[in-house]
Amino acid sequence: MMTDSQTYMDIVKLNGEYAAAVDAAAWEIWVDFFVEDCEYKIQPRENFERGFPLSTLALLSKNMLKDRIYGIHETLYHDPYYQRHVVGMPVVREVNGDFILAEANYAVFRTKLNGDSTVFNVGRYLDRLTREDGVLKFVSRICIYDSEMIPNSLIYPI
Amino acid sequence: MADTSVFKDEHVWEGEGTSRIPFWAYTDEAIYKKELDRLFYQGHWSYVGLEAEVPNNGDFKRTVIGERSVVMNRDFDGVINVVENVCAHRGMQFCRERHGNKKELVCPYHQWNYSLKGDLQGVPFRRGVKQDGKVNGGMPKEFKTEDHGLTKLKVATRGGVVFASFDHDVEAFEDYIGPEILSYFDRLFNGRKLSILGYNRQRIPGNWKLMQENIKDPYHPGLLHTWFVTYGLWRADNKSELKMDQHFRHAAMISTRGTAGAKAEVTQGITSFKENMEIQDKRLIDIVPEAWWDGPTAVMLTIFPSVIFQQQVNSVSTRHIQPNGHGSFDFVWTHFGFEDDTPEMTQRRLIQANLFGPAGFVSADDGEVIELSQNGFEQKPSHRAVAELGGYECENTDHMVTETLIRGMYNYWRKVMGI
Repeated sequence: MMTDSQTYMDIVKLNGEYAAAVDAAAWEIWVDFFVEDCEYKIQPRENFERGFPLSTLALLSKNMLKDRIYGIHETLYHDPYYQRHVVGMPVVREVNGDFILAEANYAVFRTKLNGDSTVFNVGRYLDRLTREDGVLKFVSRICIYDSEMIPNSLIYPI
Repeated sequence: MADTSVFKDEHVWEGEGTSRIPFWAYTDEAIYKKELDRLFYQGHWSYVGLEAEVPNNGDFKRTVIGERSVVMNRDFDGVINVVENVCAHRGMQFCRERHGNKKELVCPYHQWNYSLKGDLQGVPFRRGVKQDGKVNGGMPKEFKTEDHGLTKLKVATRGGVVFASFDHDVEAFEDYIGPEILSYFDRLFNGRKLSILGYNRQRIPGNWKLMQENIKDPYHPGLLHTWFVTYGLWRADNKSELKMDQHFRHAAMISTRGTAGAKAEVTQGITSFKENMEIQDKRLIDIVPEAWWDGPTAVMLTIFPSVIFQQQVNSVSTRHIQPNGHGSFDFVWTHFGFEDDTPEMTQRRLIQANLFGPAGFVSADDGEVIELSQNGFEQKPSHRAVAELGGYECENTDHMVTETLIRGMYNYWRKVMGI
């Protein structure tokens, strides 16, 4: 399958900007990477491969994404931490008009105050993308993670 | 002069009763090893899984009791077995896959092979190897395969839930749970076939008992879990009961969601309460009562020492406590549904699962406070925690404003541990 270089660069750019937003804890910007009727899930690889539907986090609309942000700001008590994403080059699986199916590997490092930087979560993004007014947005982003044990809790989107 | 040392050689439980819990109960490695022996390996039943995880003959699941790796399987008679994952020959932990289907259990090191029940079936070169007309080696003639099976555990199944014990003299499972707690167990696992929705796994850097205590503590949910409070899922004036078995080791926190508005006396002065909080996607709290609830909207069962059974409105799960060292445990969540669930109910259970688990709106913060409690304990083990809400006794109550269940657990713990 041929992907034109502009489309490829658009995906790279989106992934870069997404990583920058979540690493900066700019959650209001994070929400706007998604279309209204969207899905954002963080799912263990085990469940994904065995066909179990449970996710660690399953947000099924932009409003639900906003509910999560509200939780992060206001209700979810947690030890503060930084996260740092390293996202690999995308693999484009399908381009069909404005619809794109793509993947990318990611690694997220966590740094707590007074702490070491440690590997927090490693996996791959499974993305369905579309253009909205020419801008590439996520219809869905599913984070399928290899990491067997979540180091205590997962508060922020990855 | 008063002894102000932070680290003491001797651990003495100070004071009467169990309302003051010494920090060393959570930090001492020798006490932890004793807990493994006395609470996980002797005299107790531990959770291993659900029958729905091994639906077919030959299916197996690797799991753990305390720190001992075990394999639960369904053999070709359809019977559930639990055997220890240590080869009888050289002690190798032979089973590495976490689930699958096998006709027999084989240790790859020297091909000792066992039936799913754990009986040794044969060993290679038992009769030696013929070479140049003579037989070399082989096992001694008195070697009996029946002496070298895997360690077999005693197994109890009820309502599709599997428990096991290394101790074959352990009391009957129903007696172990006790009639009152058993009635809540049977309410959740009432014989309907379960369907597995999936797993969540987290490693919490705190002593394993803290997770039992967290779910025996109705003081915190209305304070720590702002999310619960605002939607009336948990309020200090919910109709509620706390019940224990006769030994105070297991407990049920039973509550019924109030219908009153969130703005009431019990939320006055609670700084965590967010009056103006409004959920954007109402599906997160789309609660539909189910007939089997028979009233309560939430029943949290703490089955000592290894598992918590959760019903929080439409979300049901088992939470398996797998300790690894005095200051850490793995917490494995198995979310499930029932065979007669409609697709809408399955979806509802999956959406409400957002409240629970390592990222859950009302569970992620439990892991956080457990980690930070452990930090506090390690800092000065000679100090103690205070659990005196509702007084000093261990008693069942018809309200939530008490730490009676924590006192109850330590009443039992002190007896069994001889501390």
